[in-house]
Amino acid sequence: MNPRDIGDAATIDATFAGRLGRFELDIGFQVPMRGITALFGPSGCGKTTILRCMAGLQHLPGRLTLGDETWQDCARGVFLQPHRRPVGYVFQEASLFEHLSVRRNLTYGASRAERDGAGPALDFGQVVELLGIGALLDRAPAALSGGERQRVAIGRALLSRPRLLLMDEPLAALDRATKDEILPYLETLHDSLAIPILYVSHDISEVARLADRIVVLSRGRTVTEGPVANILERLDLHPAMGRFEAGVVLNVRVVRHEQGFRLTHLDHHGQALVMPMTDAPVGSEIRLRIRARDVSLATVRPTGISIRNILAGTVAEIVEEPDTAFAETLVEVGGARIRSRVTRASVAELGLAVGKPVYALVKSITFERRNLITRTSRAG
Amino acid sequence: MLDLAEIWPPIRLTLELATVTTVVLLVVGTPIAWWLARSTARWKEVVAAVVALPLVLPPTVLGFYLLVALGPHGPGGWIAGLFGGRSLAFTFEGLVIGSVLYSMPFVVQPIRNAFAAIGDRPLEVAATLRATPWDTFWSVAVPLARPGFVTGAVLGFAHTVGEFGVVLMIGGNIPGETKVLSVAIYDYVETLQWTQAHILAAGMLVFAFAVILATMLLEKRIARPRP
Repeated sequence: MNPRDIGDAATIDATFAGRLGRFELDIGFQVPMRGITALFGPSGCGKTTILRCMAGLQHLPGRLTLGDETWQDCARGVFLQPHRRPVGYVFQEASLFEHLSVRRNLTYGASRAERDGAGPALDFGQVVELLGIGALLDRAPAALSGGERQRVAIGRALLSRPRLLLMDEPLAALDRATKDEILPYLETLHDSLAIPILYVSHDISEVARLADRIVVLSRGRTVTEGPVANILERLDLHPAMGRFEAGVVLNVRVVRHEQGFRLTHLDHHGQALVMPMTDAPVGSEIRLRIRARDVSLATVRPTGISIRNILAGTVAEIVEEPDTAFAETLVEVGGARIRSRVTRASVAELGLAVGKPVYALVKSITFERRNLITRTSRAG
Repeated sequence: MLDLAEIWPPIRLTLELATVTTVVLLVVGTPIAWWLARSTARWKEVVAAVVALPLVLPPTVLGFYLLVALGPHGPGGWIAGLFGGRSLAFTFEGLVIGSVLYSMPFVVQPIRNAFAAIGDRPLEVAATLRATPWDTFWSVAVPLARPGFVTGAVLGFAHTVGEFGVVLMIGGNIPGETKVLSVAIYDYVETLQWTQAHILAAGMLVFAFAVILATMLLEKRIARPRP
């Protein structure tokens, strides 16, 4: 028996293998019972199917355990019906009950969960406040905006006392502005909830912003899994993850604000960075995302240049993409690793090779508000 | 000239028949509609066709087979025997059975469509919120399918009020027992009592118009989101 098949009291263990029409799924992963784990991959790679299997809405051969609880084990003929599984499920479309008011939508699961007490009971008022839906309680779902509907759906799932929260691209159907409206609520959830969250997404910036861990999927198979920072700096995953805005995430500390030029100075393992001023308090940790395409490389320190973040480092890895003009590089700068997407021609001309000292030029524009998480970072 | 005592019994009998039939149809038709809307069985359309048969079948044909089935030598007669009767034909119970079969498609079809229109999603949501399938049916499926129930009940009731052929075949014309409105009108015309025929016919016309109008208004109101 493979050691990963042995249930650990603190992990969610899932293996599913089976056929759905022409689609074949064969995945297995083990994630901790805390924090947000992103199931990431291109559309059609089986992310939603996995969530549906975990909720019991779909039945594929396999095994699913939460700590020492078995929800499904085909070898032993165990399959818990969906209404017996204490999961909160947030669908891509809010799917509110149109015949019930917002309040009764929220309490639908809560009143039923009491019968077979499952996860921790959350306070109604607290959830309503957390999601900012207090003013909507007596409205009909049809009278809500897309963002409001999705927040109510999240609240409804939370109040059903789940031991596991499954979120299936809860933001995919929303426009940019509405996404930005909901993301802070999700971040708050992450920080205030003890419930593990599995978050399906094909949007890497969402994943980089929210997740602690990533399970990368491709065509019904698990490619790799691990902490979000480690996965994002891996260059070899580019093909498996499909076309996305490659980049790294850095957890940095706010050092000071410079009022005059409206800049915020940051520190990452001794490496100084600067970005347009944020409202994050001095001393707090924030998460930055630096996209590979926003980083240029130079072999000598450039002068007379408007870029403020010029970081000295060494090339750690170069992966040239065959049949394209580009190469992905990873540069070690102090304690950080930054990805840079350069042309293969530049690699040749500059003589870039592993171990060569370089300067990474990060355009300040990279530190956009939406690429930033203002929150205290979590251990691990 | 107008004898109310003469006109009232068929009206009352018709209303009784339509009410009982509608109630029976809602009880029997709902599970059939649910099954037709949700089942993946390949032969479910065969069942759907059987339910829809009265739409195209001449009422006399249905009436003829019912007469045979309900008569002393059919299963209906056997059942009647258990209660000390001889036959279910020419009885109120027989009329109910006939009306239920005849009006079935008018009730099942709208309810089935309403159930189908709900889709899987609300039911899945309910399941993830810990609702048992039985609970989900009553707390989600039925309320969401309400317009279908209203339409089905109204159509079933109205259709039963207006039926003629089947009633004539299996109920005959027993005053106060099986003589319903439509048969009464037929009778009045046969016996050249035009005034009475006019009154009943005009009453039916107004009733039919009111029913159709009410259904349309109701559907409009139900479709509107509630506060």
